[in-house]
Amino acid sequence: MILTGVLLAVVGLGLVGWFAARGRARLLYTGRGSMHSMPSYHGWHMALWIIVPALLAWMAWSFMMPGLVDGAVLASPAAAQFPPDAMSRAAILSEARTVASNPNAAVFNPLSATLAEPMRAAQQRFGLIGGLIVLIVALAGGGYGLTRVRAGFPARTQVERAVLGVLLLASLMAILTTFGIVASLLFEAGLFFKDVSPIAFLTGTHWAPGNAGGENISDNFGAVPLFWGTIYIGAIIAMLVAIPLGLMSAIYLTQYASSKVRKLLKPMLEILAGIPTVVYGYFAALSVAPMMRDFAASIGMANPSTESALAAGMVMGVMIIPFVSSMADDSLAAVPRAMSDGSLALGATRSETIKRVLLPAALPGIVAGVMLAISRAIGETMIVVMAAGAAARLSLNPFDSMTTVTYQIVQLLTGDQEFNSPKTLSAFALGLVLFIVTLILNIIALRVVKRFREAYE
Amino acid sequence: MTETKITARNVDVFYGQKQAIDNVSIDIDDGMVTAFIGPSGCGKSTFLRSLNRMNDTIADARVTGEIRLDGEDVYAASMDPVALRARVGMVFQKPNPFPKSIFENIAYGPRIHGLVQNKTDLDEVVEKSLVKAGLWEEVKDRLHDAGTALSGGQQQRLCIARAIAVSPEVILMDEPCSALDPIATARIEELIDELKDNFAIVIVTHSMQQAARVSQRTAFFHLGNLVEYGETSQVFTAPRNEKTKDYITGRYG
Repeated sequence: MILTGVLLAVVGLGLVGWFAARGRARLLYTGRGSMHSMPSYHGWHMALWIIVPALLAWMAWSFMMPGLVDGAVLASPAAAQFPPDAMSRAAILSEARTVASNPNAAVFNPLSATLAEPMRAAQQRFGLIGGLIVLIVALAGGGYGLTRVRAGFPARTQVERAVLGVLLLASLMAILTTFGIVASLLFEAGLFFKDVSPIAFLTGTHWAPGNAGGENISDNFGAVPLFWGTIYIGAIIAMLVAIPLGLMSAIYLTQYASSKVRKLLKPMLEILAGIPTVVYGYFAALSVAPMMRDFAASIGMANPSTESALAAGMVMGVMIIPFVSSMADDSLAAVPRAMSDGSLALGATRSETIKRVLLPAALPGIVAGVMLAISRAIGETMIVVMAAGAAARLSLNPFDSMTTVTYQIVQLLTGDQEFNSPKTLSAFALGLVLFIVTLILNIIALRVVKRFREAYE
Repeated sequence: MTETKITARNVDVFYGQKQAIDNVSIDIDDGMVTAFIGPSGCGKSTFLRSLNRMNDTIADARVTGEIRLDGEDVYAASMDPVALRARVGMVFQKPNPFPKSIFENIAYGPRIHGLVQNKTDLDEVVEKSLVKAGLWEEVKDRLHDAGTALSGGQQQRLCIARAIAVSPEVILMDEPCSALDPIATARIEELIDELKDNFAIVIVTHSMQQAARVSQRTAFFHLGNLVEYGETSQVFTAPRNEKTKDYITGRYG
């Protein structure tokens, strides 16, 4: 509580420092060239010296304080009858913390109620100490900053260096998060593979994590039907829809459409990419899937299921069209105009030019676009959750319901779950496989695109 | 005895609202090289591109007046631009070989026009075109290498060979040497001189020396107008128009 107020005070001090330093620098400023840095840079330099060290002190103290408070509470006479084991002590302390901040909270262990008062006192005391430390650091920083307001001091260089640091930190944040995700995936998947053999996981064809247990636990974690469903829906059916449609629309838009039509159609196509996948999902589940079932029945299939790989794959294909078409569009546009002029001047028709010159020249870019589209399709979740079904089945029949890696991850991690059971951990193993595959697809696609760009520089 | 290959009468070319060519009339003769010279932006390339209707590929370009090839109206509704361009070939400023092998670059035209029935004929056309373009000796052992791997001058000769392969009657060249070094330029100029016996050649050039070296007729364009047209020797030694004289003596342009 106190610490939050202190934080506001530090920011206020920073503001005051900014004006103070700028004002002082202005007094020193006597004309062009009289100072190394303009007065506002001195203001920023000062503000940074007040805020940044104080902020670091605040963070350090917030990190340390709970330990100090707990120590003080445990040392108080009320804690004399504490149970010795660490777990129940932690539980009582955490309860006491709740009561300290909210006296009306329900108490489970009566001991924690007696601890609430010492807890509150300790929090007050350490909060006050911390606040003072932070303020002192802020003032010290400010004092140092103020001594630097001199004509020759390179405040601008220093401030710009600080900005550089902030930018670097921002760019590292995303990368560090990615590393964190990968590390957690690897760790949890490692736990899973302690129980289940990786070979059984990658080559087994029986998927039934629900009844896993006992001796041959590995037998229930054969993920091949999941991989097959993922590939069949995302990389085969969806691409059969997305590649021809995306490519043809790109050819039409870049080569034939008048600029008016292009201006109208291209944004409309891009809207497809902005529709939330859950909307595609219920479109697939409520409109396309029943249609597919009726169609299957009409061609004489017995008991077709409502959920089918075909419905999910087709809708996913439509969702992917903008990816394929915009990548193909870019690569067709990147082929130099001289190329098509050369072909037209030989008396080739427009379609011959497209077929024999433009498409071969743009092919690497188009292939890369398709690979990115596949990596996006196999990671797609909502559509398959709603329309593909849950049956882990190895089948070639597109009207069968199938399941995918992403769907199983959702199943395994939603609802009641116990951590550290192979069933839950298998989700991380599946996620790891998915991550590796999409990573490889993306790397290859980016390489291809890069080489393609170089070819036309 | 020369005969007229292309006649243009009162040709105007517009890009949108902007007029690029203003009332140009010219006769281009067979069996010789006609050079178009003039300062940048004078419309010489635009006029060249209207001879094989390459301006059709630019959305807001419009051509009025009359252009006839062997008496046939180039802009008549009955004239297929595809057939026209097979008769009037074109070589561009920057060499633009297709990203295919040398062989495929040449074979492209004959294939799409169905000029050959079998592989032997195709091989023959490719060889003949490369020989005529003076490239055969340099590439005969690597016909299946990429056309883009050749040097700039070789690429341009490849493009000329590609144009020759469909047996056109006229070859239009739009500053064919401006991206080449002097040695490659000399090579192309020799080639143009050899080719003029079989084709009517029209060349746009910025180099007056080049026009003087390779052409028999010279047309001087200025601000979309055809200012002077005549025998090259006459245009360069005794220009009738003041502007022509200023331009060729380097007073402007």
